Order: sequence, then C-alpha cells, then structure tokens
Amino acid sequence: MATIAPERPRSRKLSEGPKPPGRERDRVFRWFTFLAALLVLLILALIFVSTVNQSWDWFSTRGLRAVFSSRWNQKVYPRGTANAGQPIPGSGFGAWALIFGTLYTSFVAILLAVPLSVGIALFTTDVGPRWLRNPVGYVVDLLAVVPSVVFGLWGVFVLATPIRNVYQSVADFFAGVPVLDKIFTGNPLLGTSVMTAGLILAIMITPIITSLTREVLATVPIAQKEGALALGATRWEMIRGAIFPHSRSGIVASVMIGLGRAMGETIAVALVIGAAVRVSPALFSPNNTLAAIIAQNFGEAQGIQRSALIGLGVVLFVITLLVNVMARAVLNRGERRLAAGK
Amino acid sequence: MHPTASQTDIVEPVTIDASSGRVENGIHLEVGDPEIFERDDPTRELVFDLERVQILYSGVAAVTDVNLDIASREVTAFIGPSGCGKTTVLRSLNRMHDTTPGAVVEGKILYHGEDLYGPKVDAAEVRRRIGMVFQKPNPFPKSIYDNVAYGPKINGRKRGDLDDLVEQALTRAALWDEVKDKLKRSALALSGGQQQRLCIARAIAVEPDVILMDEPCSALDPIATARIEDLMIELKREFTIVIVTHNMQQASRVADRTAFFTAELNESGKRMGLLVEYDTTNKIFTQPSDPRTEGYITGRFG
Ligand SMILES: Nc1ncnc2c1ncn2[C@@H]1O[C@H](COP(=O)(O)OP(=O)(O)OP(=O)(O)O)[C@@H](O)[C@H]1O
Ligand SMILES: [Mg+2]
Repeated sequence: MATIAPERPRSRKLSEGPKPPGRERDRVFRWFTFLAALLVLLILALIFVSTVNQSWDWFSTRGLRAVFSSRWNQKVYPRGTANAGQPIPGSGFGAWALIFGTLYTSFVAILLAVPLSVGIALFTTDVGPRWLRNPVGYVVDLLAVVPSVVFGLWGVFVLATPIRNVYQSVADFFAGVPVLDKIFTGNPLLGTSVMTAGLILAIMITPIITSLTREVLATVPIAQKEGALALGATRWEMIRGAIFPHSRSGIVASVMIGLGRAMGETIAVALVIGAAVRVSPALFSPNNTLAAIIAQNFGEAQGIQRSALIGLGVVLFVITLLVNVMARAVLNRGERRLAAGK
Repeated sequence: MHPTASQTDIVEPVTIDASSGRVENGIHLEVGDPEIFERDDPTRELVFDLERVQILYSGVAAVTDVNLDIASREVTAFIGPSGCGKTTVLRSLNRMHDTTPGAVVEGKILYHGEDLYGPKVDAAEVRRRIGMVFQKPNPFPKSIYDNVAYGPKINGRKRGDLDDLVEQALTRAALWDEVKDKLKRSALALSGGQQQRLCIARAIAVEPDVILMDEPCSALDPIATARIEDLMIELKREFTIVIVTHNMQQASRVADRTAFFTAELNESGKRMGLLVEYDTTNKIFTQPSDPRTEGYITGRFG
C-alpha cells in the first residue's frame, strides 16, 4: 500500500510520542491574540487612570454634590494674579447640565438617524431596485469620509440662518399645546440650537449605522425570508417577521455605536450648539455638551477649570460605557427570556 | 426496488396491486369504490393546470415543456434525479420565483382556471392560498407560538382567537403534545423533526388551499419521516398537497399521482429538465410507459 503522508513514528499510546507539527505555531498564535486583547484593555485602563488623575482636584475638592450640580460657571482667577487658577467666588463646576445636553442632543440625533439608516440599509439589501442598491450604499459610505469640522461649518454658515424660520413656524404651531410647547420652543429661539446639533449629528452617524446595519441584514438567511414570503407576507411583513427578529441585536449594536459617536462628537457640535449651559427641554435654543465644552474652553483653561474640563471627559467616558453595558443587558435579557420560554 | 418490498414497521404497510382493488394508506379500497374511479376521472376537480411551462434562470432554461394537472385533495409527488428541475417547477406553483433574480416562468399555469401569473394577481395573495414547506426547516427565531401565529396575524386575525388556532395547527401537525408546555420557548431549541412539523403547522395555520413540500423529510430520521407521511395522508382530506421527494417508497406510500422528471442534454448540448411521465402512482411504479421511468424506479439510471 502506498503511503501519502510522510512516515511518522507511531507510539502505542496517545499520550506518548510527538505532537502534531502545527502545535507550536498554534501556541504562538494563541499568545499573540491574547496579548492583542490585553493591550486594548491596558490602553483603556491607562487612559482612564491618567485622566482621573488629572481631574482629581475637581472630583476631590468639591465633592460629588458639586460635581453633579447643574451650576456651571467656569470663572477662575487669570494667569499672573495671586490666586491664578483658583475659582472666583460664585463660580461653579457642576456637570449635570452638560450631561443633560449630551444625552438630549444624542437622543435627538438617534431619533432622526435610526429610521433613516435602517430605511437606507433595507433599501440597499432587500427593497430597492437591484441596479440602484450598490450606488446608494456607496454614496452613503462616502458621507462617512466628510470631516466633522466640515459638517460643523456647514451647520453654522449654511444651515443655521434659514432653518431658524422653520423652527419659528414649528414653535408657533405648537404654542399653547401642553407639554409639547415646552419642547418645540426656543428661549431665545436660534439657528444654533439643540435641534441643529441633533440634525448635524444625525447626518454624521447615519453612514456608520447604515453600513453596520447593512452587514447585519446581509446575514439574514434567504430561507428565513422565503419562509415568511411563503406564508403570504408582503415585503414589509417579511421585513418585520423574518428580517427584524433575526437582526434585532445586530441593529441595536449598530445604533449603540452610532450613539457613542454622537455623544463623543466634539467639533461639529461645538460649532452649532450655541454654547449655553442649561437644563432645558427647549429644542430650538442653545445648549451645550460635555465634549463640545471641552473643545470650546480647553485652550485657555487653567487650575481648577482645567481639572474640571478633564473631569468632564471622564464623565463622558463613563456615560458611554454605561449606555453600552445597559444596551447589552437589555439585549441579553430578551434573548434569555426567549430561551427560557418566559 | 419494488415499493411492496419496502415496508417498515412504523409506517402502515402499503400494497399496490392493480388487479384487485388496493390497500392505500392503510385503508382498503374495494374495486368499485367510487374513489378509485374519481381519481382517474378526467373531470376530477383541477387545482393546477400547467401548459408548456418552461422556467429559465438568467436566460438559460432549467426545465422545459412541462404539461401536467394537479387535482384537488390529492397528493402529487415529483420524483427524479437531482438537478432535473423538481424544485424549480414546485416553486413556480406559488410564485416563489418572483423574488429570485433572473428567474423567468414561461408558459401557462392555471390555478382553479385562473392565470396564476395574471397581471392583476398579487403574489402575496397567491402564497396565502398556496403554502410551502421547505427542504430545510426554517422556523423564525421567535417563540413556537409566534411562529405559528405569524401567518394568521399577517392575515389580519385578531389576538382573541389566535390561541385556539395555534393549538389546532400544532395538533394537526402532530406536534401539540410535545410543545404544549413550552409554547413561549424559542423554536430554534426544537429538534430538526420538530422544527419541520412546526413549519408544517405554520403553513397549515394560514388555512391554505394547497401545501407545497420540497423534500420535507430529507433531513429527518425514519420515525419523524413516518409521522410526517401520516400527516400528509391526514391533511389530504382538506388540502391539496404537492411533494418533491427523492424517496421512492415515500412517493408510493403517500402520493395519488406521481410525476417523473429527468434531465437530458438537448440539441445544443445543454442539460435541461423535462417531465417524462405523469400518471397515477400505481401506474408509475408498476407499469411505467417510458423506459426512462422504469430505469429510474428500478435503480437503473441513464
Ligand atoms: N437560483 C438559481 N439560479 C440559477 N440556476 C438555478 C437556480 N436554482 C436552480 N438552478 C438550476 O436549475 C436546475 C434545476 O434545479 P432544481 O433545484 O429545480 O433541481 P431539483 O430537481 O430540485 O434537484 P434536487 O433534487 O437536487 O433538489 C439545476 O441545473 C440548477 O443548477
Ligand atoms: Mg430540489
């Protein structure tokens, strides 16, 4: 009998004798992936520790209550004076209003971007005419390469002025309607506002959510779609019955990545939000976010102000982390519930 | 291989004997039983009537010149070697090809006398009446209950009577006893055979007129296969069934009529599927009129 494989000495027991020749490489490869994973954690931890360290003054000297107050009035004695960098009486460094502004603008952005992104993704995978699917996907991907400062400048110089009239009519329309007249209003009503920031953010995060969602939708097996169609589903019923259940967790994950971008976006928001620190539901007036205020003020910041601004970065980091953990928990619970039949 | 030689102890024995009545699906039919004559009656109620059907993928014909009619409340089996176009023909019966890019159905397919591909016919409406069970079980990643309720829901059923409907469909698909305590569990946690019966329940729940089955038992063990065969015989009372199968004993056990397809090289050297012979199952398996049919059912190919 002809042997194909090279002769290997055979010992009688499995536990004796030589191991497969690929075993060594296997071990090296495993160590490499292990180190790569560890490195990410290490970098993350280092960033966290050093920023906490730099902002420790802010966290420690004023206490949690001050950190989470809504009073932000970043006045410190200027350079060259005796108490340079010390807070002037009456100043405040509370992050709450900025946390609010960050969550509010991101929420508006997500509200606008998610239906749009999922719509475009479905168009390019299942709904649109075949010849149009790839071009549309390509154009949306192109949006992702526009630098954020360009969006910001466009928002300030092109969008802000004409859109103010739109805001005014919307505010007039809702005037006197309970609850809604507190949201669809502005005091002052300006083109640089929460709504404009939300719009710009929505445009910025749509490409990433769209393209991640497309990847997810592409993994839905044809058998699933045909299963729904064979029961007499129309296209929309097929999407709801077969595509969404199969891709729900993937879409939520894409949205979370988009949300993370929206919360962390700095320069575009800094340009269009109008820089007013306040806890107010008014969509059409200026507000501010954690990331934007850092960009607006960090250049001249010193002393406790500098420490507080770095601290805001830590707060943003923690919020982003929390949002992701929460989203994951919600998803896992849904999946566990289905598995357990509750 | 002769069908009478292939009895298993799980399935009701089937004897096909042309001369003296027959034992069919375990029920003995006397000669003179009106049902026998009804079957061969040219005036039997037609559900489908295919005339010169040809189906192309991207301009290349996969199967050509198919002429056959399918009668109400019968089981019709499509048999033939792999690649001869059984699935292709089956999918043309509920317009599944509409969603396949490049697939074109030519010729005429009448459904209760109406052109299935007529301009005013809505494909979703077609599939509400003509259900399909696929070769690989494809339950949705939802609960067992929601899988069965999906079809009725999109057909506008109210929540109120869904519970009964789900129970009925699962019972008719012979799955109820196994799943009644875990209706809210994921359908993906069921075994392959259970999943296939769930897919049948899902199709039944829409209360279609016809159920198309594409090798529904190919992934199943003999016990699950036997259950699904029993089910088909049971379902025949209310539904018209068309089944694709590679299992000739299965065709002989469940089908009233059998269509034998094969693939041959045409003049231009392309492989193309065609319908060789279509007759009562009894005739196909005992006295096929075409030598190609005989070769296939006796295990001699070519
Ligand atoms: N989506 C498709 N695109 C292009 N060609 C196809 C497609 N589906 C089937 N075909 C071709 O059509 C022919 C018939 O295929 P079909 O699936 O109908 O065969 P079948 O009889 O069901 O075979 P099997 O018993 O293996 O399932 C084959 O040659 C196949 O390659
Ligand atoms: Mg097939």
